[in-house]
Amino acid sequence: MPIPSAVLSLVVGMALVLSGLWIGQNVELLPVAASLNAPIYDQLFKVLFSIGSILFIGIFGLLVFSLIRFRRREGESGDGVAVEGNLQLEIFWTAIPAVVVLFVGIYSYDIYDRMGGMVPLSDPHAMHGSMITSQETDGSGNAVIQASVLGTPPEPSARIWGGIGSAQASAGAPLPVEVTALQFAFLFHYPQGDITSGELHVQKGQPVELRMEARDVIHAFWVPEFRLKQDVIPGQPTLLTFTPTRAGSYPIICAELCGPYHGGMRSTVVVHEPDEFATWFEKNNTATVATAPSASSTG
Amino acid sequence: MTITLPPQTSSSPPGLQPQGWLRYLSFSLDHKVIGLQYMVAGFFFYLVGGALAGMIRAELVSPISDFLSREVYNEVLTLHGTVMIFLWIVPVVNGAFGNYLIPFYVGARDMAFPRLNAVAFWLIPPAGFLLIASYFIAGAAQSGWTAYPPLSLTTPAAGQVVWILSVLLLGGSSIFGGINFIATILKMRRPGLKMMQLPMYCWAMLGTSILVVLSTPVLAGTLVLLSFDIIAHTGFFNPALGGNAVVYQHLFWFYSHPAVYIMVLPAFGLVSEILPVHARKPLFGYTTMVYSILGIVFLGLIVWAHHMFTSATPPWMRLFFTIATAFIAVPTGIKFFNWLATLWGGKIALNSAMLFSCAFIVHFVFGGITGVALAQVPFDIHVHDTYFVVGHFHYVVYGGTVFVIFGSIYHWFPKFTGRMLNEDLGRFHFLITFIGFNLCFAPQHWLGLNGMPRRVAEYDPQFTLVNQISSVGALLMALSTLPFLINVFWSAFSGRVAGDNPWNALTPEWLTTSPPPVENWAGEAPLVTHPYGYGVPPGRIDLGAATGREIWSSGQ
Repeated sequence: MPIPSAVLSLVVGMALVLSGLWIGQNVELLPVAASLNAPIYDQLFKVLFSIGSILFIGIFGLLVFSLIRFRRREGESGDGVAVEGNLQLEIFWTAIPAVVVLFVGIYSYDIYDRMGGMVPLSDPHAMHGSMITSQETDGSGNAVIQASVLGTPPEPSARIWGGIGSAQASAGAPLPVEVTALQFAFLFHYPQGDITSGELHVQKGQPVELRMEARDVIHAFWVPEFRLKQDVIPGQPTLLTFTPTRAGSYPIICAELCGPYHGGMRSTVVVHEPDEFATWFEKNNTATVATAPSASSTG
Repeated sequence: MTITLPPQTSSSPPGLQPQGWLRYLSFSLDHKVIGLQYMVAGFFFYLVGGALAGMIRAELVSPISDFLSREVYNEVLTLHGTVMIFLWIVPVVNGAFGNYLIPFYVGARDMAFPRLNAVAFWLIPPAGFLLIASYFIAGAAQSGWTAYPPLSLTTPAAGQVVWILSVLLLGGSSIFGGINFIATILKMRRPGLKMMQLPMYCWAMLGTSILVVLSTPVLAGTLVLLSFDIIAHTGFFNPALGGNAVVYQHLFWFYSHPAVYIMVLPAFGLVSEILPVHARKPLFGYTTMVYSILGIVFLGLIVWAHHMFTSATPPWMRLFFTIATAFIAVPTGIKFFNWLATLWGGKIALNSAMLFSCAFIVHFVFGGITGVALAQVPFDIHVHDTYFVVGHFHYVVYGGTVFVIFGSIYHWFPKFTGRMLNEDLGRFHFLITFIGFNLCFAPQHWLGLNGMPRRVAEYDPQFTLVNQISSVGALLMALSTLPFLINVFWSAFSGRVAGDNPWNALTPEWLTTSPPPVENWAGEAPLVTHPYGYGVPPGRIDLGAATGREIWSSGQ
């Protein structure tokens, strides 16, 4: 007895969806996750990868099936079936992508919010100059920017341009680090200890607040293992907060074309265990120590 | 509204124009000659851009900067992007096929403004040679095809200014062409031919031309301001002088995102012409195909800031541009499902034109899926400015347009020359291009996800093997042009004689001789109101309308 086409379509459809879901959940394409943001990002990636796999395999399969099933045989002439349209079908394949896109958009908005991305970027009440603001989390987990009373007096018209914020900051005040991006290096300055370094040293589990400034052209601060990237634009001080969760050394990469040695503009972020970080900080705390960039960071 | 065509108005009197192949080197006003001039010039620049791509991939075989100096590497990647976009894809999918086909499709003897048409083409060779000459004379621009300030203000000024001048000339050419296409489609239609009876490529070119006319002047104005910053040290975009570098990005992407659709929409139109012919089926869902083009045009104009998610964009802007960008998948998806439905139940000829067109569907679906992912802010933040974007972009513009260009050449070559291209060589060309393309660009998605930024001459050694695979793919793509070139040159002179309508197609360009005469038809232009009437019994056709087949068999 021939299998009804509706049953066959249902089985093929289910197999397609299951295959896509399996691929999305089991094929690893990303580097290790080393920040609080990274696992949240990876959830979105898996969803996008699953939906993308279902769509691609489905359309590719349908195309290949059509080319084989409906190919013109030797000596065959004449036309195919004169079907010019089908309103129900058209509505169906307009509605389905619209629903999928809407779902993906809302889901990614939620992910972005959980990553701290919905923090207002420019706060007219924030401060300029040495970029002295602090970012704390309120009770609901939403990040808020507060003007700090440290340092130079506020300039009400100045704007701070922030990147993503780490809304899930676990414990403690964020460690402020001033980042200067210039051709072709990142320089890190710790105002609390007056430490200047060519590498970024942070503590596992402690939020870090990067206050970034570019000296010459646009650069971009990117740590793939943190899933974070933020352009550093001359004239626009920028905040970027994150919480590292995995000890180790990870590359800091300039992602925006910044000149001939752009490919060599790399540095390292070292995520220490708490006691190691305390040791490092104490060792460098008493005097300004300019750590020479490693060979890889100078290109 | 349509107007009656005056006889012998647009093209130059034959006696005053060079004949034979010399006419392709002349200031001809014949839309077919201009179309082929665009085609040949574009292909020349494709070879130039391809050679530059080869240099990039040769450099990236090893993780250190050893083949090119770092400055030259940046010059090469800037030239590669500029040449491929402004001198190859845009001129060919718009200028070449648009000029050749649109007058046929609207039943006209030439474009609305033939002299403007010729001027639009003749701006391209000097602009192209100026761009390439800058490399040898003053050093080419080094700031990428995006030319973001302040970098473009700090690199050697001469090359950057020449780059701006060249792009301005090419932008002018695009605008002239766009105005001409809009006027031709809206005003030169044969009496009795309604808009909703036009072949789909007309709608695609109308949508494209609207994008060109609305967005290209913004780029031109932006580049003029940038040149002021470079030459006169004004401070429009220079933060050191009080300017704002992000404003440049907004203005630049207001053109350069629609530029993707300026490249892709005509390709959509061309595929919509090829598939029905070789599947022997009507184009499925004509009406929704038209509205989806208009939807893409509208959405294409309001999504530019998704290129700036890691730049200084506020959250509300990120949210708006995420949703708007992702929604382009809806009209685009409609087109893809309609193409699949066009194939379904057809009598599909697996010839070179069809193979390239089907590969386009596969590639563009892949590029579209990664595009929807890139529209999501959190996803984009990780992969922006990485090789993921390079892979995505090439799946869209190479897989989505260059494959269509090749498919279209296999389809229309018999009309251009009166001779057939060799099918065996064509399939061989397809096979190598398909393998090379996927080998080259698919691995780049992984590179981007794992930490390789774009536009770098040196990279982390862990990426060496994948880069080498990518370079082998690029080598195959380079080699794939050889069978194509051999095929074109051999077939143009010694190929099988095609006859007027070798595909038994129904669109109007096939209802005249191959190659067509000056002014397209010996007599009155045919009125084709059902260009996709494959398998449609005559009784089902509206009163007064006709398929190309009926016109052809009636001997008009």
